[in-house]
Amino acid sequence: MLRTVISRLLQGIIVVFCLLLVTFMLVRLMPGDPFSGEKAHAAHIIEKNKERFHLDKSNSEQFVVYLGLLARGNLGDSPVKEQPVSKIIRHSFPASLILGIAGISIAILIGIPAGILSALRKNSYIDYSTMVVAMAGISIPSFVVAPLLAGHVATRIPFLKVAGWGDPFDWVLPALTLGLATAAYLARITRGGMLEVLNQDYIRTAHAKGVRPAVVVTKHAIRGGIIPAVAYIGPAFAMLITGSFIIETIFQVPGMGQHFVNATKDRDYFLLQGVVILFGVLIVFANLVADIVLAMLNPRIRA
Amino acid sequence: MSKETQQQPISKGHSLWSDAWLRLKKNKMAMASLVVLIIVGVLCFIVPAFSIIADPNTQDLNNTFLSPNSSNWLGTDQSGRDLLARLLYGGQISLLVGIVATTVSVIIGLVYGAIAGYAGGKTDSLMMRIVDILYGLPFLVLVILFSLLISEHAKELTDNLVTRWPEQEVFIKKFVNLVPLFIAIGALGWLTMARVARAQVLTLKKQEFVEAAVSLGLSHRRILLRHIMPNMLGPIIVYATLTVPGFVLTEATLSFLGLGVESPNSSWGILLSEGANYMETYPRLLVIPSITFCMTLLALNFLGDGLRDALDPKAAKD
Repeated sequence: MLRTVISRLLQGIIVVFCLLLVTFMLVRLMPGDPFSGEKAHAAHIIEKNKERFHLDKSNSEQFVVYLGLLARGNLGDSPVKEQPVSKIIRHSFPASLILGIAGISIAILIGIPAGILSALRKNSYIDYSTMVVAMAGISIPSFVVAPLLAGHVATRIPFLKVAGWGDPFDWVLPALTLGLATAAYLARITRGGMLEVLNQDYIRTAHAKGVRPAVVVTKHAIRGGIIPAVAYIGPAFAMLITGSFIIETIFQVPGMGQHFVNATKDRDYFLLQGVVILFGVLIVFANLVADIVLAMLNPRIRA
Repeated sequence: MSKETQQQPISKGHSLWSDAWLRLKKNKMAMASLVVLIIVGVLCFIVPAFSIIADPNTQDLNNTFLSPNSSNWLGTDQSGRDLLARLLYGGQISLLVGIVATTVSVIIGLVYGAIAGYAGGKTDSLMMRIVDILYGLPFLVLVILFSLLISEHAKELTDNLVTRWPEQEVFIKKFVNLVPLFIAIGALGWLTMARVARAQVLTLKKQEFVEAAVSLGLSHRRILLRHIMPNMLGPIIVYATLTVPGFVLTEATLSFLGLGVESPNSSWGILLSEGANYMETYPRLLVIPSITFCMTLLALNFLGDGLRDALDPKAAKD
């Protein structure tokens, strides 16, 4: 087990490195640079700025310099925001983390029971209606759900605000928007996994031995049936933390998703590299945790 | 052709496809979706060609935010443009993104996955590790970077084309505005397709007919193209159908963020993002595009699901 974890972590480092390399090259291949934006400076200031951020050097030299910075635990400074990247991330990460945790909790609490229920009542009225609702949840994008929730729900319930990030009540709507779409996917995946397991011989054996149906489901079927869902939750969690730009914009959450898009727009090389590294690390860890949980659920993987 | 089939002509016509069609016809949601999609397709691609509806880009600042009336069936937007016309022309682009990007992703994914699966061994594991790494990349960011990169080169191409055919300037500009986005979405969305294709090849290459082809001394290329590929069509079509709504959604998201389709072109994503600004005062501008968009996505998803159950009965989860 420990060995697998270590080898997975090593692989993870390689993945994050490749991720960084690709992003690093792509942003520099794009037209423009961090100083070609709206703030027009005199030529000699731009020159100086470029020198400060080593942008006057070749791409490979820049990469080496950047790796040197990383080795010292420094993510560099954002040339556009004129702040250390680590500071920007430190300020925006907590909001994203809270949103991600709340979103995934909602998704799990709604999606998995719905999926299990519809698998147990296969081809029934409950099953069909759950799956139609789930399909609608997948098909209706967050930028449609979010304005509708903000406009129609937030204005009617007194302690909810249309936008903002002050007290925990402000977490409700963005987390709900974020969680519902994921819940829809989870319900479908859980249903599929459960149906597969419910047809297995060991379930039939358990029934034949006279185990009570409720026990068959809770002790035997769910354990195997939610495996695909668990495998999905890992990467989904990392996605929810980093990829909630639209929701952050609509509900004005000071999170990290905005930096992905804005850094790309502004050619803020260092900020983009910083958030991409964080994203990569999150993905690697989320997958690792998902795999460990999977191994605990499924004795066949453990060997 | 054995004697049996000649004696029993009834068994004729039960090919994979006709079987699948029979199964699909029984699936009410999938058939309803097919009808919805045909209607949407006709409305978006055929109706505008007959110039029955207004021009989507004509602004009329005296008639902004009109309610639905006899000349503007769905009313007008903040610049006095006809909402119905914008919806239909926008639909063209949104649906085209789905189709073109899916085609690009199927071609790349199919070739990549088939080669990896067929080659096997170290080549296979290296190629699939690359896919794993690409899976970790933030899709939206890469699409933005990639489409900006292509569009920079596309600008030179536009200038060349415009000098050659000046009378086609509008069409060329529209086309060059969109193609980079199409390609970027498709070129980065092939990963799942590659996995599906590889898994298919892995099972197929162990079967007798491939062994027979090998023992006849056919070239690898011929075995892959003539013997393995045709047998992969079913699952590939299914997954292609399932990726279309994803790509339509990606385009809408990018346009919503102001990074996708640019004006004067409209797409459903643009209509949604503009509509969201007037949600409180003119909810119609958000609600009508939302319903159209969600209905189309819902239909695409249901049809994809239905096709999977019909073409691949083993994968059907019930």
